[in-house]
Amino acid sequence: MTDEDLPDPDSEPYWQGAAAGELRYRRCRDCDAAIFYPRSLCTECGAPDPDWATSAGIGTVYACSRVHRAPPAFRDQAPYTVLLVDLDEGFRMMSRLAEGDTDAISIGDRVRVVFNIGPVGRPTPYFTPV
Amino acid sequence: MSLKRACAIAGVAESRLGVVPDSTVLSLQAEALVAALADAGLEKSDVDGLLVSGAWGRLPGLQIAEYLGIQPSYADSTMVGGASFEFHLGHAAAAIQAGLCKVAVILYGSTQRSRADKYIFQIRSDLGYQYEAPYGLPTPVGAYALAAARHFAQYGTTSEQLADLAVSTRQWATLNPKAYRREPLTRDEVLTSGPIATPLNKLDCCLFTDGGGAVVVVSPDIAWTLDNPPVWLLGQGESVSHAQISEMRDLTVTPAAASGKRAFEMAGVTHSDLDVVEIYDSFTITVLLTLESLGFCPAGAGGSFIADGRTGPGGEFPLNTNGGGLSYCHPGQYGIFLIIEAVRQLRGECDARQVNDAALALISGTGGVLSSNSTCILGVE
Repeated sequence: MTDEDLPDPDSEPYWQGAAAGELRYRRCRDCDAAIFYPRSLCTECGAPDPDWATSAGIGTVYACSRVHRAPPAFRDQAPYTVLLVDLDEGFRMMSRLAEGDTDAISIGDRVRVVFNIGPVGRPTPYFTPV
Repeated sequence: MSLKRACAIAGVAESRLGVVPDSTVLSLQAEALVAALADAGLEKSDVDGLLVSGAWGRLPGLQIAEYLGIQPSYADSTMVGGASFEFHLGHAAAAIQAGLCKVAVILYGSTQRSRADKYIFQIRSDLGYQYEAPYGLPTPVGAYALAAARHFAQYGTTSEQLADLAVSTRQWATLNPKAYRREPLTRDEVLTSGPIATPLNKLDCCLFTDGGGAVVVVSPDIAWTLDNPPVWLLGQGESVSHAQISEMRDLTVTPAAASGKRAFEMAGVTHSDLDVVEIYDSFTITVLLTLESLGFCPAGAGGSFIADGRTGPGGEFPLNTNGGGLSYCHPGQYGIFLIIEAVRQLRGECDARQVNDAALALISGTGGVLSSNSTCILGVE
């Protein structure tokens, strides 16, 4: 993973938030939809320039997979567990179980965000069981 | 407006498949084109439509036309992953119906196995991918694993049920001389083949081969002048839903739900009318989700639908009769081979694996990470 083009104008507030320990997403000013990943328009109603908002960082595991055959850059970390998390504010994101990762996590489990240093040296959201 | 009987498939062919080191991505496509035109009884000079897809080179649609010496009046480089060719078939029908071309060729080739072609799932970390890239999900298998995990948790589907599909598909491959893996396979061998990303094991995953294919699509007036019995496009639908798995709203319902509905409505047929079904099997779970999304069984019932050899040779639901992407070939984007096999079944050319009296076929291509689907219904009557 290279980092040359990141953050970009769509993602800068998101990564600034991560550096400050905040999980940021966007919320439509017109229809109130939660929008993730952050975009310049509402994916539900098309209204431009949604507000930025901060998540409480608590959610439910929607899907998870224990990765045994990792991509080359991640091979020394395998096995690890990739998650899709439904945040309580109404958006879904991909993440991973944080430090001390075991496979003791199931779909439907409650998790909360923690910020660890990610693969390119940037604070990145991971999740840990509540 | 309907595409029903707007075009017919007049010729199909593969290039050499498997491991083909003495070829390029261009020469493999030329090889398939020459064979498909011969099958159709047409010349290269007849071709006025060209539909191609690939992640190799700089501008594949231009490079392949140049290499072949074709200057098409209708060109389509729709690239939506492995389903691109089912999209192309619908687009070719629309172009022929509109009078934009009369003989369209759908082409594909890949030397990913022998020559390390640029792979369609090259790791990206920019734009939308920056929100997934930090987590190391292997693509595409990890995305399909997440969908499988969700289906297991939601409906009680099991690894044994998925393994049975791999076994049935291998049974078809043993009957196909062109299949890459022809030795018999057992449920236990699938279950112990090693975890890739849970719950998917190695033998839940498609092959990684070279190969190419070509499909010659013609206007009805030309179809009637040729020796081959016309294989008519009776219905087609397409749908695109997302690029990344984290953006897929319901991991158990694929875009086949939308595209299949359109295809069935256009063709005016129902599930029980079909004689043979070819569904993109990038992974065993892909087939299960597609069967449910197309309405062959209720949501959640796919596991029992595919279990116990029901889809294998002699079973009541002949599925992936060439051995599929799991056992026949999978050169990166497999969708063109679904068309080729359906046409051969409908023409009765499949020898040991022939489905008796096959007159109506459904093919359903899935691309990306359950991202795109086009479903086509083909018939000889």
